[in-house]
Amino acid sequence: MATLEGRPLRIALAGNANVGKSVIFNELTGLHQHVGNWPGKTVERAEGTLSFRGYTIDVVDLPGIYSLSTYSIEELVSREYIAVEHPDVLVNVVDASALERNLFFTLQLMELEPRMLIALNQIDMAEKKGVEIDVGALSEMLGMPVVPTVAVKGVGIQELMDQVIEVIESDGGRARPPTYGPEIEERVLELVKAVENVDTPYPRRWVAVKLLEGDSEIEGIVYDHDPSLRDKVEAISREMEEIHGHDTPSVLASERYALASRMALEASTIVTPGRSWGSRFDEVTSHPVLGYLFMAASILAIFFSIFSLGDYITGLLDIAFGALNEAYVGVFGLGVVVTFVWDGIIDGMLGGFGIALPYIVPFYIVLSVLEDSGYLARIAFLMDSVMHRIGLHGKGFIPLMLGFGCNVPACLGCRIMETERERLICAFVASLVPCAARSIVIMGLVADYVGFPWAMLLYLIDFILIFLLGRLAFKAVPGEPMGLIMEMPPYRVPSVKVTAQRTWFRVKDFVYEAFPIIVVGNMVIILASMVGLLGVVERAMSPIMDLWLGLPTATGVVLIFGVLRKELTLILLASLMGTTNFADILSPIQMFVFAFVVMIYIPCIATIAVLVKEFGYKRAAIITASEIALAIVLGGIIYRILMVVGFG
Amino acid sequence: MSSESVEDYLRAIHSYNEKGELAKNTDLAKQLNVSPPSVTQMLQRLADEGLVEYTPYKGAMLTGKGMAHAQRIVRKHRLLERFLHDVLGMGKNKVHNEAGMLEHGLSDEAAAALCQTLKNPETCPDDSSPLPPCPLDVESCEECPEARKDRPFKLLTELANLKPGEEGVVAFVRGGTKACQRLLDMGLTRGTKVKVINAAPFFGPIEVEVRETVLALGRGLAHHVFVEFENGLEGMKDGASRGRHQRHGRRQWQR
Repeated sequence: MATLEGRPLRIALAGNANVGKSVIFNELTGLHQHVGNWPGKTVERAEGTLSFRGYTIDVVDLPGIYSLSTYSIEELVSREYIAVEHPDVLVNVVDASALERNLFFTLQLMELEPRMLIALNQIDMAEKKGVEIDVGALSEMLGMPVVPTVAVKGVGIQELMDQVIEVIESDGGRARPPTYGPEIEERVLELVKAVENVDTPYPRRWVAVKLLEGDSEIEGIVYDHDPSLRDKVEAISREMEEIHGHDTPSVLASERYALASRMALEASTIVTPGRSWGSRFDEVTSHPVLGYLFMAASILAIFFSIFSLGDYITGLLDIAFGALNEAYVGVFGLGVVVTFVWDGIIDGMLGGFGIALPYIVPFYIVLSVLEDSGYLARIAFLMDSVMHRIGLHGKGFIPLMLGFGCNVPACLGCRIMETERERLICAFVASLVPCAARSIVIMGLVADYVGFPWAMLLYLIDFILIFLLGRLAFKAVPGEPMGLIMEMPPYRVPSVKVTAQRTWFRVKDFVYEAFPIIVVGNMVIILASMVGLLGVVERAMSPIMDLWLGLPTATGVVLIFGVLRKELTLILLASLMGTTNFADILSPIQMFVFAFVVMIYIPCIATIAVLVKEFGYKRAAIITASEIALAIVLGGIIYRILMVVGFG
Repeated sequence: MSSESVEDYLRAIHSYNEKGELAKNTDLAKQLNVSPPSVTQMLQRLADEGLVEYTPYKGAMLTGKGMAHAQRIVRKHRLLERFLHDVLGMGKNKVHNEAGMLEHGLSDEAAAALCQTLKNPETCPDDSSPLPPCPLDVESCEECPEARKDRPFKLLTELANLKPGEEGVVAFVRGGTKACQRLLDMGLTRGTKVKVINAAPFFGPIEVEVRETVLALGRGLAHHVFVEFENGLEGMKDGASRGRHQRHGRRQWQR
């Protein structure tokens, strides 16, 4: 078609979570993709390109959602994208093994009247569950092509793209919104007429339906334009409530589900299902006792392996970086500029790799496997009641768990929460979790020199702080708290390819986002130290360090460098004091206070970078400032308490 | 065994379960003033009917269905206590026994009317225990007079009260929050069959089978979903007493 030449086609993937949407996306775009954020939102926007039959095709992977309401930012982003940016084709990925719920979402997409088709994915899972689906019948009922796929095995992807092109080339019509029962339909049409002159990017019928559902965003747009419509909508809504005896949103949801249910029933044949290994495994992993034991064992195993692996790789990297430095000095000498280039720029880069390679890559791999297998959902299920005590629901445990390795993936992991509010609270709490670097300081200083129980006391204090601050943030941040609503996906064997791809993209994302900030931060501090600014800062900080915290003045500089990487504090302390026997330079009380301050005082620069990226400068600054204040205030109090009780 | 004594048992078991405890055989015997062997016998029978989960030597816990029955009678009991105390001015120490006698004769409709007249009280007067939730599909008390005409009342309870293995049908979702809308989106619409398949300990979430998929629902949210049981218990419906008292009840208490 002539009109299509010269511009890339745009297709968007939409569907529920856990339907294999991202797998299809990866199959389509391979390594030609880029993961960023939707403008101003903490919602991941994955985009990629492919060439197919001479066309260049841009693919956008919309977030996995269940509805087009205003429940989560993902839903808002998705509906806006479909209505405003008009992709050439919307591919609705449907899970064949949960047809009814998926079609509920399909019906909502159809109301946006895009040009669309269905990728009926996971037909193998459906067959395992004992369901056979009549693709032709489904296609006829929906009035659009339906392509069966098994994305993890690459089955049906070619056919899917053939259909996409065909739909575009033949300029297949737009989706026809579903028809409701006559008494609803009549009122929807009445409203469609009423909103005729209101200018929105959305189809009128959809606007009418959303008004009946009480959608706050659409209400805002429409009532701003014509406030008199409010009365009309309310009157119609009341009529519907009187007829059905239930409120309008639930009437509409019931109607949609009735339609979806009828379609699913007509399109599927039930054959005998077999009991899968997954459901047997599920009985153990969700069991009230065994489930917790299994969870504790697997988390411990994960941490142990990641930490020992990370430790090993860090060792190797140190040797490699040392050799690199020697070679560098050998070639360029030790001039001021040369030293600055190394300390300020190269060292920052290497520092970034020193975090990313040993800890973040393994964490991402494990996270992806946990996600894909379905076990992550079980962890969230088991931890829900504990997390509720700090105002979050079960899913929030996952970022916190990640935090023990590194706060960076933890803060990124907060995206699994539904609302901005939940994400913020979760990230704030996660930034207080003692990460690997902080554990190095706590263990290397307090456990080794003061005693293991004192190190455990530090962890305990941290957990209490997390609990209290979580509650405080929960009370202070405005908004409606969310309960846990989550689909429990059946257990699956994770695909190596999917895991590798996902890990690669996440690491790439981290490198792009965090490295510049780490390098710049590093440069600023090195520059400050070269021009002697650090001495000034040290003197300025000495009242706090000396008088309030009871620490040696030199620790001020140590803490400043610690912002880069917290484990640096220990190394630097040794080099500044000229000894690695910390007992010579710090009293046990000082060690305890110092380790406490290091634990709390500020998120490291990489974490701050992620907080900025996710929540903006203002909120990142608030979190940072409050943690600094907290560390100073509590550090001083702890110092005094320990002095009074005559410890050490 | 009369329906009255079944109701007494369920109310007694409820009084322990609502504090998060199992109802022990000896405690029930003391509270109901009967011998421990007959308690054992009754608990066994209630377990056979699917109203309680009974573990010998440990105690009894109401099932969802048992809870539905218990909530209906406890609600009447506590409404009557409120009435006796607030309106008739009886002493706090007397209302419990008096209500225990009246509750069996009070119809569902009259109880709803009483509730509205008393302005939807939240707790009972003697020990401030909360009233079980209103069983009508209403958003406010204004809708009550219309809604309470439907008889018989549905036998229902919150989804959160169902025990693993129990099934029910969604009657309605109460509350207008976004999260409640989400419950509808996830398929918990009126008339949908749900089955609880697992419950996390410490009042954690429950796993619910709905529309061929499994959802994890926080306990708080599961309290917004009201589930109806298809078959009431034969011989346990408050049929006989309801017919006799309903008209009088209404005239007496509705202003």
